[in-house]
Parts: sequence; C-alpha cells; structure tokens
Amino acid sequence: MKWQQKFLGEKTNGNMSKQLSVIAIGGSAGSFTPLLKILKLLPESFLHPVIIILHRLKNVDSDIDRLISSALNRTKVREPEDKDEIKPGYIYLAPRNYHLLVEEDKTFSLDYSELVDYSRPSINVTMQSISAVYGKHVTGIVLCGANSDGASGLQSIIQNGGTGIVQQPSTCEYAAMTHAAIEMNKEAMVLSPEGIADFLKNHL
Amino acid sequence: MIDNNFTAENIKTLQQLVLQQYGYDFTQYSKASFERRIARFLNITGLESFYDLKYHLINNKEFFTFFLENITVNVTEMFRDPVFYKNIREKVLPQLATYPVIKIWHAGCATGEEVFSMCILLHEENLLKRSIIYATDINPKNIEHARQGIVPLNVMRDYTQNYHSSGGKNDFSSYYTASYDNVLIKKELRKHIVFSQHNLVTDHAFNEFQLILCRNVLIYFDKALQNRVIRLFYDSLAPYGFLALGIKESLLFSDIRNNFEVNEMATKIFRRKN
Repeated sequence: MKWQQKFLGEKTNGNMSKQLSVIAIGGSAGSFTPLLKILKLLPESFLHPVIIILHRLKNVDSDIDRLISSALNRTKVREPEDKDEIKPGYIYLAPRNYHLLVEEDKTFSLDYSELVDYSRPSINVTMQSISAVYGKHVTGIVLCGANSDGASGLQSIIQNGGTGIVQQPSTCEYAAMTHAAIEMNKEAMVLSPEGIADFLKNHL
Repeated sequence: MIDNNFTAENIKTLQQLVLQQYGYDFTQYSKASFERRIARFLNITGLESFYDLKYHLINNKEFFTFFLENITVNVTEMFRDPVFYKNIREKVLPQLATYPVIKIWHAGCATGEEVFSMCILLHEENLLKRSIIYATDINPKNIEHARQGIVPLNVMRDYTQNYHSSGGKNDFSSYYTASYDNVLIKKELRKHIVFSQHNLVTDHAFNEFQLILCRNVLIYFDKALQNRVIRLFYDSLAPYGFLALGIKESLLFSDIRNNFEVNEMATKIFRRKN
C-alpha cells in the first residue's frame, strides 16, 4: 500500500539529526497583542516554523493573517491549506473553523470534526498532533485567554520531550488560560512576551 | 488522548480487517485525523485496547455498523462560509439556469445541511423545480438522517446569520417549522433531492452533473486518494461543469488539475474545461 510505504520510508530515512524545531503558540481572548510583540522581536532569519492557533469567530472572514503579515512586514505568513508542507521561515495561522493537524510527512491536515472544549481550532488538538510528529523538537507556548484550552496540549509537548512556556499571567489581559496551563504543567517556564522572544532567539 | 497503542502497525491491521471483512477502504485516509477518530471511538465505546476493538469488529457485524457511523466525520453546517454561497448564487447559478434540467451532486453530504442550503438558493433563484440534487454519503446512518430533513433548533440562529451574510433576503424561518428541539426543513424544498449511499474511495461515476459540491471531505484523504477522487469528479462533470471544494482544499494533488480552470479561487470553485 502506498500509505504504508510512505510511512515506513519516512521512518527509515531518519531525518531527526538536523531537524528544525517547531514553535506552537496558542492564544485566546487578549492574545493578539502579546503574540505580535513576540513575533516582532524575532529576526527575519528565524527559521523555525511558527504555528499559531487562535480562537476566532467561525463564520466571519477575518484578516488576522494579513494583519500579522503587515505588522511584521513579512510575506511568509500563511493560513495553510490542506496537505501544505511545513516550511522553514514561515509563520502559519490555523484557519478558522477547522482543527489543524500535522502528518508524519510534515504536512498539515485540516479537520472539520466536532468542537473540542467548545473550540475549533482547538489549541490542545494542534499541540498534541505537532508533538506526536516532532517529539522533542517542539516549543509550545500558551498565551492569555479566558478558558483552559492549551493546558493539556502543552502537557503532551512536555511529556514528549519538548519545551513548554506559559505567558506570565500578570502580563495578561485575561489570565485564566495561563493559570490552567501552569497548573497542569509545573515544568513549564513562565515568561513575559519579551522573555518568550528572548528564549526563542537564544535557546533554539 | 493518543496512547502507545496507536502504532502504525495497529492502525494498518485495523484498516486491513475492515477492508477485507466489510469492503470499506480506509487505508488512504489522512493518518492524523484517522487516528483521532479511532481514539474518539475507543472513548465512546469505553473499549480499553486495540485488541478489544479488533475482536468486536471481527465478531460483531452490528458493532461494525456503529464503527462506520462514528469513524467518519459527520459535522456540517447550513450556509457554512457565507461568501461561498454568495458566489454560488451570483456566479454559478446564472450559468446553470441555461440548462433545461439542472443536475447537482453533493458528495459527502453528511446529515444534509449543505444540501438544504443549496435547495434554498435554487428555490430563491427559481430553479428548484427543474433541478435534481443527488446527495450521497459513505455512511448509511447519515443518509437516513438527511432524508428526514431535521436540523437541531439550537444552531438555527447561527444558520440564519450565515444565510443573511450570504446575501439571503427572505425570512429564514419561512423555510422550516420548529417543533421541540428540532426544526423540519419544508418538504417543498426537499422533494427534488435523491439520497443514496456512495463511497468515493471505491465507487464510480454514476451520472453527469453540471455542479458537484464536495466540501471538507478531501481533507480526510491522503494526496493519492485526493487524486483519485478528483478524477472521479472530472468523469462525473458535464463539459464546463462546476466543481466546488472546501475553502482550504485544492486541486494541487490531482494530475489532471490542468483540465480545470479556476472560477473563484477564494471560495474554491473550479470549472471543467470541456
């Protein structure tokens, strides 16, 4: 079967040696400002793909990708389409009204299944999926929000050897999501938006 | 959550079992979402292991029916992506209006919400009377449900909003009658729909259509299977017929993509060249 060949091929190739990390950032209410702050502090030479999962209205066209792109003055900002390849140097934004998943061959898959904890996209779902494929080469970041999405996703990332970071609740407009993430993940670093950007620049 | 039982080997064994014993081929489904469906199914059934799952699938035909009902994604909405329906109304229906009989295929119709949306558009453009809408799904339970024309009441507010954002001018509630927790889409609107079971993975072309809608189904398939299905659609389209995909789907993995032209890129409406 083609499917099987593809999978086994991927496994035996063993391209783990010089792998880029993937940064997964989840945010909800009030997270757009800290998100932009972090992204603005990353140099254009930052090659690790950044995958952003924001809660947003499901049937309203919003230009968040264009807003990010113009705020950063960068063109490599994209809402992925189904089976798009994950490429270095790109910032990806989960499309509205889909869950965003990652396949073994480092492509995106979209999924229009049930809401998870009232959310689609769900931060937990995407983080778990990224973590299953990229293992320790993942940095998960939970920004502010008024629910608890992201906590268990961050846990998967940490359990698979990746790094977990939570935005310092005192820097949040709505802090419930960061409290939930810290509660479930004692190992996670707690940093301000500036601190998060510093970590990404200096420790990956 | 996904546990260690989710080895490629286990998933493969399961897919082979289902294929050989029941004839349903899930081997080319997208791995990431298929695994989530299996995890969800184990959760629903309370089964502890892959071994138990296999045991029941081998020995219990009714259990397989239940598996089939839950393994595919059956989520749908009326007027999802309002701007898509606006484009269908303004750019596609005027073209279809030139045919004496309009044949439309909704491939992967789930519980029918998109089909009912289309019927409303056709009705408002005065085309419903000469339309035949074929609505198919892999899942017989979905077809049974869709045939009833029942939609949950608690989502009607969202759908009404979608309908108006798509350019709908009428009173949306004139299209259904509410009773308790559900609404019934009016029979008048539904009488031109032909429901039937069809599996995009294994079944073939069965008619010729001027418009095929298959939105958010290809996302569950790998690239090779997407290629197969696009060919099936090509073979099922009349010359210059329209193909509408989900907003995040594409023809990129089809080796006959050049046989289509783009009609509306943002809402993924394509047209067979000849």
